Amino acid sequence: MQEQIINILADATGRDAADFSDASQDLFTSGLLDSMATVSLLLGLQDAFDVQVPVSEFDRSQWNTIEKIEQRVKELQNA
Amino acid sequence: MVNWISSLPNFSAYGTPVYFIYLILALLPLGIGLYFGKRFSWYEALVSFVFIFLMFDGSSWQQGISLIVYVIYETLLVMFYSRYRRQQNSAGVFYLLAGLSILPLVIVKLSPAMVGHNSLLGFLGISYLTFRAVGTIIETRDGMIKEISPWKFIRFILFMPTITSGPIDRYRRFEKDYRQVPARGDYLNLVSKGIFYLFLGFLYKFVIGYFFGQRFYPFFEQLAMTNHSLFSWSMLGVMYTYGFYLFFDFAGYSLFAVAISYFMGVQTPMNFKQPFKSKNIKEFWNRWHISLSFWFRDYIFMRFVFMATKKRWFKNRNALSSTAYMLNMVLMGFWHGITWYYILYGFLHGFALVANDWWMRFKRKHLPNLPHNKLTTGIAIFVTFNFVMFTFLIFSGFLDTFFFS
Repeated sequence: MQEQIINILADATGRDAADFSDASQDLFTSGLLDSMATVSLLLGLQDAFDVQVPVSEFDRSQWNTIEKIEQRVKELQNA
Repeated sequence: MVNWISSLPNFSAYGTPVYFIYLILALLPLGIGLYFGKRFSWYEALVSFVFIFLMFDGSSWQQGISLIVYVIYETLLVMFYSRYRRQQNSAGVFYLLAGLSILPLVIVKLSPAMVGHNSLLGFLGISYLTFRAVGTIIETRDGMIKEISPWKFIRFILFMPTITSGPIDRYRRFEKDYRQVPARGDYLNLVSKGIFYLFLGFLYKFVIGYFFGQRFYPFFEQLAMTNHSLFSWSMLGVMYTYGFYLFFDFAGYSLFAVAISYFMGVQTPMNFKQPFKSKNIKEFWNRWHISLSFWFRDYIFMRFVFMATKKRWFKNRNALSSTAYMLNMVLMGFWHGITWYYILYGFLHGFALVANDWWMRFKRKHLPNLPHNKLTTGIAIFVTFNFVMFTFLIFSGFLDTFFFS
């Protein structure tokens, strides 16, 4: 799953997958994710994992690392 | 009744040092309750009512009436929509309700430009209450707010420390704080932070802000009007003194609101985080009037991008982000008021965000070896700071007086 998330992130930000090698780095403070890319990320996750994340559910502190994204997606899949 | 109310003394929020003494004395029983793990909701409502009453009595009594009518109106909208949303979820009804909840603010903002005088619907703080009300409707639409009572909603939009000028809190965040009484250690921590913010606020608003606003700014203003040259040292003086006044006055006020919220066991979000050390304009908007810019980010920018991407309105990603930035900031400009200088202010910031994104892309693509050191960081901060100060000069409306009177 992590690999898939990295690909979605690379797509959303227009960067290389290599920029996302650290699964625990903060994607927002490192400047990798901005609001624009966040929306692409949400839509990407929606397509890939069939989970609905409303924009107002998106609390940055809950989604700021690859590890946390993976965790959230799993929670939403099991919900 | 009217005569009696209009003859009462009026205390604007955080207006004078003595206000704080009354306020803190009145909040003391609440604080003792929180220390012992109890929230005295009724007492809190009473104190809030008294202090809100004192903001809107006396010469402001008409605003007080408008406030009451406004709160009833918004509460009815929110309750109606919440009930409707449990059964159905049509986009049309959502837009209608969101539109109706913004309507009073739109009328108030348009009135000066359209009919030449202020609308009777207006009162100090209407825009901040509107942000909270619309935000609540949007989150109800998203299914994030499942149940809400009139009492909870009113408690949220009328939260006394933040009523007239924010910070703009979010319903779910506020409600969570309100429900949970902080543990004793956490509460003491909040109080000690609050005391620090209170004194920092005094320094900002009553000392530094006072000198910039009441001493330095009028001095340069007069000088610039007598010189009457656009490109002059005195104009530069107007620009910097106004910019610093704006920051220290508003940041000081926000610190008061946060401090008093903390005393009441509610962690109202901070509004400013050292904005003048931003290295680019995007960072600036993460540090300046944060609760407003995040409101626009979450409820305007991201929702617009989300919808536009889903419906494929744009072929090009950069065209989409540029449109979203412009929409976001120009709307923010209009929100400040329908005057050429507020709208231009919004436009310039939208444009700067577009330019900043373009520069970031250009740098990554064509200048991968551009050095990154203390000097380049210093230049970035300098450019951002001066751009921001320039937009504040426009925002101040001084140029309107300068050119047209």
